[in-house]
Amino acid sequence: MASSNAKPATAEHELVAASASGDFAKFTAEKEPLLTRIHHFFHRYPTAAPAIVLMMAILVFTSIVGERFLHPFNMSLIVQQVTIIGILGIAQTLIILTAGIDLSVGAIMVLTSVIMGRFGVEFGLPPVLALGLGLFAGALAGYINGLLVTLFRLPPFIVTLGTWNIFFALNLWYSGSQTIRSQAIDAAAPILHWTGQSIELFGARLTYGSLMMLVLFVIVWYALNWTAWGRHVYATGDDPAAARLAGIRTDKILRSVYIVAGFFCAVAAWALIGRIGSVSPQAGMMANLDSITAVVIGGCSLFGGRGSIFGTLIGALVVGVFRNGLALSGVDVLWQDFTVGLLIIIAVGLDQWIRKV
Amino acid sequence: MTTDTQKIVLKASGLVKRYGHVTAIDGAEFELREGEILAVIGDNGAGKSSLIKALSGALVPDAGEILLDGEPVHFKSPMDARKAGIETVYQNLAVSPSLDIADNLFLGREKLKPGILGKVFKMLDRKAMHDEAKAKLSELGLLTIQNIHQAVETLSGGQRQGVAVARSAAFAKHVVIMDEPTAALGVKESRRVLNLIKDVRDRGLSVVLISHNMPHVFEVADRIHIHRLGQRVAVVKPDTHSMSDAVAIMTGAMDPNDHPAGAFAA
Repeated sequence: MASSNAKPATAEHELVAASASGDFAKFTAEKEPLLTRIHHFFHRYPTAAPAIVLMMAILVFTSIVGERFLHPFNMSLIVQQVTIIGILGIAQTLIILTAGIDLSVGAIMVLTSVIMGRFGVEFGLPPVLALGLGLFAGALAGYINGLLVTLFRLPPFIVTLGTWNIFFALNLWYSGSQTIRSQAIDAAAPILHWTGQSIELFGARLTYGSLMMLVLFVIVWYALNWTAWGRHVYATGDDPAAARLAGIRTDKILRSVYIVAGFFCAVAAWALIGRIGSVSPQAGMMANLDSITAVVIGGCSLFGGRGSIFGTLIGALVVGVFRNGLALSGVDVLWQDFTVGLLIIIAVGLDQWIRKV
Repeated sequence: MTTDTQKIVLKASGLVKRYGHVTAIDGAEFELREGEILAVIGDNGAGKSSLIKALSGALVPDAGEILLDGEPVHFKSPMDARKAGIETVYQNLAVSPSLDIADNLFLGREKLKPGILGKVFKMLDRKAMHDEAKAKLSELGLLTIQNIHQAVETLSGGQRQGVAVARSAAFAKHVVIMDEPTAALGVKESRRVLNLIKDVRDRGLSVVLISHNMPHVFEVADRIHIHRLGQRVAVVKPDTHSMSDAVAIMTGAMDPNDHPAGAFAA
């Protein structure tokens, strides 16, 4: 009865509609030129490029340095060397996926290592509690970053540039610029050295810190790819307005990301104490930039929403392999920095190309 | 006569929204009937966007009342409107370019795996979401295949619009609001989207279509709500008013009451 559908006026349009081709919104796979296919391959698998670079680097250095380079002991040494940057890289990846950047990761790490050290050694708190307090302080520091970013709408670069200085100053003040010696930690809070202990496996020496890093990568991979939270992190970095319209509370996501990142910085602090033995307020000065390097070489886009967590692990390993391989080849240290710089520029250039689909 | 007995799904009366001393909605009325396509037209700055935002929860009106199925509703966010069964396709599409089609369809309402995997580990049920996404897209004739894992940014404008429309049609229980769905599309793609809009109506949903494209409006709309200076000035039908009548009313060149069919012909 209520036949508002049948209007004579539409008839001629319907004829046109019938003759129109129906191939709108068909997702067909057409034959494409090789370069386009490569392009799409990298677009779909952003980890592929750094993985190829890593494999080629290992091949090249094996042919230059020989057996010594491929020896399990040397391989595990590389993993040990990238452990701290790897864990900070997890934090940095999460932030960069939201189109942010965190310059304060190194400062949070040093500050929390001092907190762990002082509470465990000087105040004689139960070591586990000291560790827990340090982890909590890391999450709190991240929360402060997140609040400044979401509440005052400040660019993450500026916020973390500020908190980098603030956290670093607090670290110098709180530590009194004093190093806590390794023996003191062993005596009072040996748990802080747990990350430095290692197990032997086929001639490789893996520290618990390195194993912890690998486990954390798997956990974060799961969270990013198999939970709604992870999808929302990507959507927030990709297009925050679209994410909000889809019902995602982007500010809440951002704050959670900064909290998790701060927590991981504190975990990195634990790994740092295990690796260098003592607690030094001067340690990890370059760590923030190194973590960004690992993320960028790992194929994460600085514009957000694009990249994979294992890319960062590979990115950190690429840096580790280049530094180790060049050192074993007897090349001057300055060329290590030179190479890393080249890698960064190539990686970002590649990302720009990949994003143009 | 018969149309008057049709159930009213969404109704707004006396809506007011001011931004400072600019009045965007000035006591506007709105009425959407069950299973119809209601076009909303108006000149730039007439306040139709604000009206639509109020209906979709994107803004909270200063005064007035919105009734959904006769019950008063107070949307504080687009999420509230979605929960009540009102889905909106935004002009800027509101899709996440780097996520794939299925992820986009379920963005903000992901499905979790049953049992402990979902409850404790919050694990997404990706297979179920992909299967359902495929089903929804083919139901709307949008999917001849295949790669539901394709990132949305690799799709054409029409395909993206298809994803956005499919998302709203798939989840809407009452109303689908479409803001300029054909604005960025070519002729063929517009055609498919228009057919899609009719499909959505024929599935029993009520559709609000905001468009500047008069031929499109006159082709698919059952009734046309004409907005001017923050108010509804006329509701017409494609067979009572011509396109030039509608444009004249919309721009103020014609007093709607001067038209032989009257200002509220529908």
